[in-house]
Amino acid sequence: MRAPRLRTAAAVCAVAALALAAAGCASKRDQETTSNKPEKLVFGVAGDPKTLDPALASDGESFRVARQVYETLVQPEPGTAKIVPGLATEFKPDSTGLVWTFKLKQGVKFHDGTDFNGESVCFNFNRWYNWKGMLQSQDVSSYWQDIWGGFAKNEDPKLGPSLFKSCTVKDASTVEIAITKVTSKFPAALALPSFSISSPKALQEFKADEVGGTADSLTYPEYAMKHPTGTGPYKFVEWDRPNKVVKLTRNDAYNGTKAKIKDLYFQTISDLDARKQALRAGSIQGYDLVAPQDVKVLKGEGFNVLTRPAFNILYLAINQSGNPALAKLEVRQAIAYALDRKSIVDSKYPEGSTVAINFHPSSLEGYNDAVTKYDYDVNKAKTLLAQAGYANGLTLRFGYPTEVTRPYMPDPKGIFELMKTNLEAAGIKIEPVALKWTPDYLNKMTTGKDHDIHLLGWTGDYGDAYNFIGTFFDRQKDEWGFNNPTLFAKFAEADKEADLQKRYALYKELNKMLLDFLPGVPVAHGPPSLVLAKNVGGVKASPLTDERYYTAEYTG
Amino acid sequence: MFRFVVRRLLQLIPVLLGLSLLLFVWLHRLPGGPETALLGERGTPETRAMVRKQLGLDQPILVQYGRFMKRMLTGDLGNSIDTKQPVMQEFLDRFPGTVELTITAMIFAIGIGIPLGYLAARRRASWLDNMSVAGSLVAVCVPIFFLGYLVKQLLAVNLGWFPPAGRQDVTISATHVTNFYVVDGILTGEWDAAWDAIMHLVLPGLTLASIPLAIIVRITRASVLEVLGEDYVRTARAKGLTERRIRGRHILRNAMLPIITVMGLLTGGLLSGAVLTETVFAFTGIGQFVRQSISNLDYPVLMGFIMIIALIYVLVNLVVDVSYGLIDPRVRVR
Repeated sequence: MRAPRLRTAAAVCAVAALALAAAGCASKRDQETTSNKPEKLVFGVAGDPKTLDPALASDGESFRVARQVYETLVQPEPGTAKIVPGLATEFKPDSTGLVWTFKLKQGVKFHDGTDFNGESVCFNFNRWYNWKGMLQSQDVSSYWQDIWGGFAKNEDPKLGPSLFKSCTVKDASTVEIAITKVTSKFPAALALPSFSISSPKALQEFKADEVGGTADSLTYPEYAMKHPTGTGPYKFVEWDRPNKVVKLTRNDAYNGTKAKIKDLYFQTISDLDARKQALRAGSIQGYDLVAPQDVKVLKGEGFNVLTRPAFNILYLAINQSGNPALAKLEVRQAIAYALDRKSIVDSKYPEGSTVAINFHPSSLEGYNDAVTKYDYDVNKAKTLLAQAGYANGLTLRFGYPTEVTRPYMPDPKGIFELMKTNLEAAGIKIEPVALKWTPDYLNKMTTGKDHDIHLLGWTGDYGDAYNFIGTFFDRQKDEWGFNNPTLFAKFAEADKEADLQKRYALYKELNKMLLDFLPGVPVAHGPPSLVLAKNVGGVKASPLTDERYYTAEYTG
Repeated sequence: MFRFVVRRLLQLIPVLLGLSLLLFVWLHRLPGGPETALLGERGTPETRAMVRKQLGLDQPILVQYGRFMKRMLTGDLGNSIDTKQPVMQEFLDRFPGTVELTITAMIFAIGIGIPLGYLAARRRASWLDNMSVAGSLVAVCVPIFFLGYLVKQLLAVNLGWFPPAGRQDVTISATHVTNFYVVDGILTGEWDAAWDAIMHLVLPGLTLASIPLAIIVRITRASVLEVLGEDYVRTARAKGLTERRIRGRHILRNAMLPIITVMGLLTGGLLSGAVLTETVFAFTGIGQFVRQSISNLDYPVLMGFIMIIALIYVLVNLVVDVSYGLIDPRVRVR
């Protein structure tokens, strides 16, 4: 009785195995016919976009889609952070620097067939400026508030005056944008995807400003979820939210070089190893945020790894308002001399990373090589500590984040361990404060006085040094805990300087002042990488992650 | 039976009310808030305070709970703070994926586990028994993410038999009606899409099945061994019943009660989201989304999802309780 049953079981298993294998083979055949086609490119990304209306967005994945679908008046030059013409062929200020004239490209059409012209530019600016209600929430119009300040009618007294004054159509191809004060943000920040020009017809038709729900529970309007309409080289097809993919297709009416690959997909694969395996298996043809340790491996396997010029910084922040020792310059200098930043960069960062000398990358105007550099010198660190009255040592709480990596901070714990060893060698005892990145770490390190030193960084939004150093140091902040009116006044002077060369000279001066005052220690610039399949090329890596895929092509 | 079901459903009300209050207070007592995740490094103490105010998080907790309950009672779970989409819509977008994955895993676990456990018990101390016991121990011990990685590396990357990630090839133009992709493919006659969805289920299903499979093998083996020694089995055999009848009617049926209990618990557990498996295979179910929501402290999503999952869990166990009576007439649900 038993033998036949065993044979039956074995036969069932064999049939099941054969069916599975056959299914597998069939799947492979399917893949061969559906992927590797030169008309489709699937790019793996780490997260979903939050919205398809770039005016409401502040996250990288929303911007990635926007950069293919929309265009801005000015844009970053491919591969650099320098501003060049976009939808505006030329732009210049008047003698006061308060009125800017933009000459617009002719013959450009939105994806819905309507014309791009001066009217549409002003429609967009007036739309943003006149936002009301929930659209004035920091969470919704984040970049407008960061760059332009307030609105036509501020509903929260904490919102400041608006930088925007007016937009005037001079003729079909010329607009004048007036601002209320000269600032380093303008016009550089116009390259941000948040200030992309949308079709006025689509904005109205799909009720782009009708945010639903209540203030504590709002929903994005139809335009922001289903109908993004710009002038870019790709048109929106579908956001398949359950399957986590955004589908775009070539805009055949694009006013410029047409996309070489017809269909472009951004598929969310949040796990880094899963993205790597999907690339190796051929189900995606590229992905972003390559792990530093994978750069060499993937290059070795023949994949096209594109490393972006580093446009970020990791710094060690020093809070002067908590521990009294940190208010002493000698102690801050001792910390800087104690850190072997070169070893940290060599061991924890990918190829192409550099030790930071200023608090912004060297590619930005205003960079100053003639600042105090604080090369690693443990003896000098000990001497300075002794001079400050801490010859017998000093104890500091050192904060670092967990459950996160950033291009400027690829291994927070590893970097912390190396710094801890460095600082303890100089006689500074370290009490680790390891906190979850969000919400605990960011909250703790940027508010109150109860923190000594910590790791944090920044990735630039647009190509102006003020976006780095001004963001960190142009006013009193809990993160740093100092009040330096001279420094703040110099920042204000630089920000309102209309003459670019004079402004850059002020940035240089500020960089010198910062490295003398030493509110923190600049540590490293780490270049992030993306990777494309072996037979895909044509994409230019951008320091601002401003990659445009219409130039992508299959090479074999 | 009907009164039993109604009573169990009524018992749900205080359970869900108590759970919601406990959960609400606990979540809102956690340090930080969703504003930090929303604004990231760009947030300042001032902007974070503005967002907290806008979200109503600066109000007393009971006021916030009252607002939540008011919405709940009208069937509105609120909107995600992070994605700005209705929580129910987020759930409906993702839950079908988790259900498909759970069903696949349970098909593997039950389809292999019960026969294997039965055969192991019938051939106690044989090589098959030893292998199944050792195998189930290994399956429980190997971490899911590691097993998933290995399975994917071998069968997707090296051999190319199965797709490595996702629920469906994103380049397929499939019509989605119910968001159950296999069902949608069948309903619309898009057989390629249905087949592709099935292929995408195999590897995560196998990986997710590893632990339930091991548990079912062990429970089945133990349960069958116990029943095999019962007098009624010996009597049945002495009466001259066929082995097939003894196996089906007397052994398996009596051994099934503990197995069904475990299957109910396992299914309930899997339905609440297989975070690791979904992450490794970029499978778009609720597990990944809940994990993200925990990181972001997206209160409406966490509250809404947990309430729905609690409801599902209780219903699955109710089905299990009811099925006892169908399997074993001696058990009467009252």
